[in-house]
Amino acid sequence: MEARPRTSVAGPVSSGRKKSPYSSWFYLPAAIVYAVLFLVPTVTSFYFSLTRWSIFDSQFIGFDNYVTFFREPALVSGLWHTVVYAVITSGLKVVLGLGLAVLLTSQIIGRGYLRSVVFFPVLVSTIGVGLTFTILMDPEDGLINESLSLLGIQGPGWLTDPSYALLSVALVDVWKGVGLATLIYIAGIVSIPQEYFEAARVDGATAWQNFRSIVLPLARPATFTVILLSLIGGLRSFDLIWAMTRGGPGFTSDVIASVIYKQYQAGFYGLSTAGNVVLFLLVTAIIFPLSRYLNSREVDL
Amino acid sequence: MKSRNPALSIVAILLSIVVFLVPFAFILLTAAKNRQEASRLDFTWPTQFQFVQNFVDVVQARDYMLIIAFINSTILTVASVTIMVVLAAMVAFVLQRRRTRWTGLVNFLVLSGLIIPPAVVPTIWVLQKLGLFRTMPGLILVEVAFGLSFCILLFRAFIATIPRELDEAAIIDGAGPLRLFFRVVLPLLKSVIITCVVVQSVTVFNDFVNPLYFLPGDQNATVQLTLYNFSSSYSTQYNLLFMDILLITIPPLIMFLFFNKRIVAGMTAGAIKG
Repeated sequence: MEARPRTSVAGPVSSGRKKSPYSSWFYLPAAIVYAVLFLVPTVTSFYFSLTRWSIFDSQFIGFDNYVTFFREPALVSGLWHTVVYAVITSGLKVVLGLGLAVLLTSQIIGRGYLRSVVFFPVLVSTIGVGLTFTILMDPEDGLINESLSLLGIQGPGWLTDPSYALLSVALVDVWKGVGLATLIYIAGIVSIPQEYFEAARVDGATAWQNFRSIVLPLARPATFTVILLSLIGGLRSFDLIWAMTRGGPGFTSDVIASVIYKQYQAGFYGLSTAGNVVLFLLVTAIIFPLSRYLNSREVDL
Repeated sequence: MKSRNPALSIVAILLSIVVFLVPFAFILLTAAKNRQEASRLDFTWPTQFQFVQNFVDVVQARDYMLIIAFINSTILTVASVTIMVVLAAMVAFVLQRRRTRWTGLVNFLVLSGLIIPPAVVPTIWVLQKLGLFRTMPGLILVEVAFGLSFCILLFRAFIATIPRELDEAAIIDGAGPLRLFFRVVLPLLKSVIITCVVVQSVTVFNDFVNPLYFLPGDQNATVQLTLYNFSSSYSTQYNLLFMDILLITIPPLIMFLFFNKRIVAGMTAGAIKG
């Protein structure tokens, strides 16, 4: 029990021990739920990934699941796709989010409407968005390719061509998620003190110079947030991919999260959990060092 | 950057219509078409509007599955968000007010909850052991466990702005920890609670992955699961599929219309802290 000087104010002390008004047992209900349904599964996943497992009994088999995982080309490509998907969505959200935020903080007509319309997809069901775009991206009858053919362009089979499937899903992810990135950038840009822009105007700076030397460096914390959030989301992404391609055609848009689900459905619980551990290691290996690096850059500013 | 730029504005508005409004208009129009017209996947005005007919068909499909799903989703959302908010506020209050040797650990766990992907099959194993697998209470607790971190960060930042003198006054008046929290602090959190409730309601309502894993089976389906199942069984009835998508989009739309500012505040605040 700490915080002694403060608790001395606390009037009548019933028991012999000094009590803080901020009882530690307030942690308890949340801690139980969190520990039982999040920490225990996370910790035990390391053991179960080393077993042949049928929920009811598990048999220790060492690293066999990992060997299977990394020998199977379809599973290894899932690992690679996860990284590609996360990097593409994150990169596009940074670039488009920043561009949109600059546009939507300028004196543009219809600003409120534009902000709403860019943000609304964030709130819509991912499955609904996935199914809608699956239809819009239909290679023959889909609205996208029909519109392109009016312009004389032969659109690709967005979701049916193995070389485009993952990229197409990533684009839909950006369509749905760019509103949040824009919002974070708008908050960042709005918090830049007006003096900078006034000083720049006195110096006769162009719009590009304003952007390059004021907005870009001072919106850096927003950039870090957008990168971290979209990487975390991108690495774990499952619903959109599952709604649009189920990892197909073949395994060309499979990511770790969809591999986990497929192995679970097939009854390979140990292998599925090994996939979960691989995802855990991938996320921590990317996010923790990156957030430390980005935070250290932030202090330098 | 101060001068209005009509040309740029017009380009931006036109682009926004093509990129963001057309997909929603497509949903709306297809949901009003008859079966043959919808199957052509065209972006055209329906020759005759079958809006009501499609609505009735979707609702009646598979023994009113959609109604059951909406009830399930409502129970799931209301219960999990209520529990989540109360538990998170309690944690955030003590976490912000009192530094002990636990503080560092708690902060670490909160961040971990945001970053680490949940281990799926081991969670099923735990639920199985507790007799909660394939049950609504089990899924509710899972949503609580996964949603706590975001709420705690949001609340902690807000509680930091409430002066400690207020607590001390209440304590001098003889309030115990429970009275202090539920009677004094919690009412002051009203605005941030609304934000948290709105953001998490949308998240839980739209959640697909957790119901898929932890509450399989038709009689328990949530709206996102029914939508997904419709997509395979109604692959030839796009008018009904899009009516379903439309109905599932309405609750978030209502949230958006009424709480736009709150959602924006919550998402940016939570995000900046994350």
